[in-house]
This record gives sequence, C-alpha cells and structure tokens, in this order.
Amino acid sequence: MSQAIDRVLVQTQDFSVPDEYARIAADDSDGAVVTFVGKVRDFNDGSAVTDLTLEHYPGMTEAVLNQIAAEARERWPLTHVTIIHRVGTMALGEQIVFIGVTSAHRKAAFAACEFLIDFLKTKAPFWKLEAGDQGKNWVEAKDADDQAAKMWEKQ
Amino acid sequence: MINVLFFAQVRELLGESTIEVEASEQTTTAEGLRALLAAKDDKWGKVLASDKLLVAVNQTISSWDTQVEDGDEVAFFPPVTGG
Repeated sequence: MSQAIDRVLVQTQDFSVPDEYARIAADDSDGAVVTFVGKVRDFNDGSAVTDLTLEHYPGMTEAVLNQIAAEARERWPLTHVTIIHRVGTMALGEQIVFIGVTSAHRKAAFAACEFLIDFLKTKAPFWKLEAGDQGKNWVEAKDADDQAAKMWEKQ
Repeated sequence: MINVLFFAQVRELLGESTIEVEASEQTTTAEGLRALLAAKDDKWGKVLASDKLLVAVNQTISSWDTQVEDGDEVAFFPPVTGG
C-alpha cells in the first residue's frame, strides 16, 4: 500500500504539470491519475480580458484547501491529492490552478478531481480581478458554481 | 482588540485592508461588529450593507450571530471566485 500524501500550495510562481504528474504517478498501486489545470482565458461575459490578478486570504486559504482535500479523502479512496493555486497577476493563457488525484480506479479519481475544483471555487478565499479594455473589474461569483458545489452536498 | 480584515472589492471600496476595533458590548457578534463599522459613515454603511457580504471569524466562514471576542480575527469579503 502506498502512503496517502496531500500537497497543498498557494504560490505566485508557475507550476510544472509534468513535474506534478511525475510526483503523483510514480506509485504502481494506483491505476488512475486524473489532473485538471485551470488557465487564464481571453474573455469573460463577452468582454476581452488582458490579464488577471488573484487575491487571497493568507492562512485561511491553506486551511480551507487542506480541509477540502480531507473531505475528498473521506468520500473516495485516494492516494495522492495535489492542489496548487497561484496568486498575483497572470497573463492570458497562464496556468492558475492544478488539481491532481490518484486512486486505484478511475471513477474515484475523476469524481474526486471534479469535487475538489467545484468545492475550491466556492469555499476557498480567492478573488479574481480582471483587467481588460474597459478597465479593471472584480469577477462576480457565479450561481452555476454554487449549484455545482451543492450537487456534491446532496450525495 | 479585534483584528478586522477586508478583502477584494470590499478592501478596495473601503480603502482599508486591516483595522483594529476595541471590543465592546456592541461587538459581541459578527453582526454587531458589522453594524458598528457600518455606522462610521455613508461609504462604510453602503459597502458593509451588501447582502452578499461574507464574514469569517478566526479564518472560518461564519454566520452573522457568531460570537466575537477580544483577540479574534474577523474578515469581511465578497463571495469567492477562485479556480
């Protein structure tokens, strides 16, 4: 049996998907590795975006991410759980967030990855400030994200 | 003292990221603290009256009737938008 390891990082610097993949995929008892990467895209609600700044609540952010990782472990048999979230200013196309989970089987790994990103989006204290042609604009929370997180509460 | 923090557009609109508030009878709950700060002036009243405003007491998202004591850290912020 492999040892359960959570890796939770909040950082300004970029992360390497190959490095993070290699870190969690080395274990031969896991048949499934699921990763998700969130990127800065060039539009939001129809307006052009030139860059994005992520603000967070230091201390609380790490605590919430660790709590979300622990909740995922209670629901599914997972080996590795990695959550990396960047803060600061990011250009178009840059990576914002990495989620990586491993499990013996794919269903648990897929479900846990989706749960982690849905919960992170609604529970972790991060805020997005978009810069575009119209100036700077705080991104509004979306009802759809709340609904996605609530779906997991019913299960 | 109660250490009060503000984040994102709440911080930007108030022009403050942190202030200290002396604990008093009025600050025994998160709602009491909000009401005290909202009474400062029109700007504070307007920003802190938002029905979307969230409060965290000692780094845990809390309800408005949560108890607040001397030495606590209380943060006010809008709904989160990470990921």
